[in-house]
Amino acid sequence: MYKLILAIRYLYKRRIAYFAVLAVALCVFIVVVVMTVMTGLVSDFRQKNHRFAGDCVVGTESLVGFAYYEDFVKILEQEDVIESVSAVIKSYALVSPEGTERNVGVEIMGVEPVSHSKATGFGQTLYHHRNDVSKAFEPAYEPNLIGCVIGIDLVLSRDAKGRYSYDSDPTGLGLVVSCFPLTARGALAKVSTGLVNTKTFYYSDTSHSGLARVDSSMIYLPFDQAQMLCGMDGPVKRASAIHIKFKPDVKLQAGCERVSSLWRSFRQEADQKHADLLEKVTVQSWKDYRRAFIAAMEKEQTMMTAMFVLVGITTVFIVFVVSYMIISHKSKDIGILKSIGVSNTNAMLLFLGFSFLVGSLGSIIGVVGGWRFLVHINEIEGWLYDKFGYQPLWDRTIYAIDDIPNTIDLKVLGVIILSAIAACLAGALLPCRLAAKQKPVETLQVSQL
Amino acid sequence: MNESDFILKAEGIYKSYRMGATKVEVLKGVDLGVKKGEYVAIVGASGSGKSTLLHILGALDRPDKGVVAFAGRDLSRYGSGELNRFRNKMVGFVFQFYHLLDELSVLENVFLPTMVSKSVLAWLIGRRRARKRARELLEQLGLVERANHKPYQLSGGERQRVAIGRALMNEPSVLLADEPTGNLDSATGNGILNAFEKLNQAGQTIVMVSHDERVAKRAGRIVTLADGKIRRT
Repeated sequence: MYKLILAIRYLYKRRIAYFAVLAVALCVFIVVVVMTVMTGLVSDFRQKNHRFAGDCVVGTESLVGFAYYEDFVKILEQEDVIESVSAVIKSYALVSPEGTERNVGVEIMGVEPVSHSKATGFGQTLYHHRNDVSKAFEPAYEPNLIGCVIGIDLVLSRDAKGRYSYDSDPTGLGLVVSCFPLTARGALAKVSTGLVNTKTFYYSDTSHSGLARVDSSMIYLPFDQAQMLCGMDGPVKRASAIHIKFKPDVKLQAGCERVSSLWRSFRQEADQKHADLLEKVTVQSWKDYRRAFIAAMEKEQTMMTAMFVLVGITTVFIVFVVSYMIISHKSKDIGILKSIGVSNTNAMLLFLGFSFLVGSLGSIIGVVGGWRFLVHINEIEGWLYDKFGYQPLWDRTIYAIDDIPNTIDLKVLGVIILSAIAACLAGALLPCRLAAKQKPVETLQVSQL
Repeated sequence: MNESDFILKAEGIYKSYRMGATKVEVLKGVDLGVKKGEYVAIVGASGSGKSTLLHILGALDRPDKGVVAFAGRDLSRYGSGELNRFRNKMVGFVFQFYHLLDELSVLENVFLPTMVSKSVLAWLIGRRRARKRARELLEQLGLVERANHKPYQLSGGERQRVAIGRALMNEPSVLLADEPTGNLDSATGNGILNAFEKLNQAGQTIVMVSHDERVAKRAGRIVTLADGKIRRT
């Protein structure tokens, strides 16, 4: 009990202890804010990638695609673990706004909107047809025209607050899409008749996936139209990938292993004539499928965590110095306590308790401060922009985020608090050991006073 | 004289300190016995080793050679836990510079030895009794009005009385006082010595160190320490 009482009294009677608490609070504040924002960005980015890809993707990087996808889709649809399946066509195309000479290279994705919305989050990315995805490719102004869904950044731009202005919705825009159809062997399919397949599609909706690269380069077309443009509609039809969504209770790894196993069996039994077309097909979880994009962001997070380890080391050092100073100043108290029977261990625990209080109090102040700051981070940023035209964190005209992520992860918070306390204890350990080793006769000598 | 008559007995105590390259021999074979209920004053010149001997008797320090026995049992055979209990319960120290904890009130300083000896739960159960005992001691020492003051708000004499209260809190067998009046004016010092006399009359064993013969004369027996040895008792 005396350890607790003395540790508390040392804490509030020594001004230097306030600086230690403040140092811990500042470190915790910085770590809470930056880790929350960073974790939020990574988590948001992962979620968007998951929404874009579904749970699992069977596909090939080859522009030729792979054959017999319809048969495999049927097999997948009979599986208990699978909720929905969507075959897609992926390729590249040249797009010219109707009546102009300009053209731009884009990625095209041919999808069947209903099944694709079930297997992925495609439907939620639409603006006009979010509630009726079956009509995603029907322009509202002329349903008989063949529509296309355009990546939002291709047609609309954000303002500084990250909002898209749908007032400039490109209603009536016609896009002439040209593709180079390929044979199953990868050769140009129309060598004798002009090489390209061209068709005009009319703007029916925008897709806002939240993935900058997708939203700035992707045009979604009806599946059969894209298949035709890419030359994959031959006698043996081909597709680029099959996106799969598992039932809610199915674990990702287990689901992917099941699909892999089905694919291996399917490939063994498939027509040997096109067997080589099935060879380069892979079965990947959404994480592996989007690894190239997610890994960069995760790496940034890892680097950030490493930087915070340095912040942690600084905290350890600050607490070490403060503990050392306090223990040096309190050597007389240690002698007194030992003269009335306090053991070395308890002398050590007393000052470790003091450091624990410094860590706990600093963490609480830092967490509360960080939490309050995060709650208002978007307001603060908005206010700074309105008042000074200054956007300190993320320029929304560049970054594909709506708001600065500020959802506090309690697990991360717990880890930060425990780390701060552990850092304080680590910093105090050496001075505490010195306190424990002090001989009472040395500290109580007149010359030591 | 029978061995069991002595509550504290030191035999052939040697102690030296290193000061730079020089080895200073402070105690060179001290023999001293203190009987239960005795009031012994150890006198000697400054640097004669009085305080060192007192610290060794109270197990705050270890001799290089020799035996200190408490109630017939050699202190060197005590484990560290036993030594802590010995310092907590069997002896009470009063220092020249009081050595109170500034962060605690007068009352808290007095009951500190009891709080130190108990676990949190045991303290919570027994704290009323401890506070009562501490208040009684402060009353005896004329400090009950000062119970909630901090040590720095007290005079030197008051602080020394608080230190005596703390030393007596766990009803120790022996009270060890190191120059208890050394930092006080003569009137205040007298008050402290009166308190010691009263305690001794009530049966308390006291060993006091002083460089002042007049102070020592208030004790029942005077032991003179010179050249590291007991010269006369």
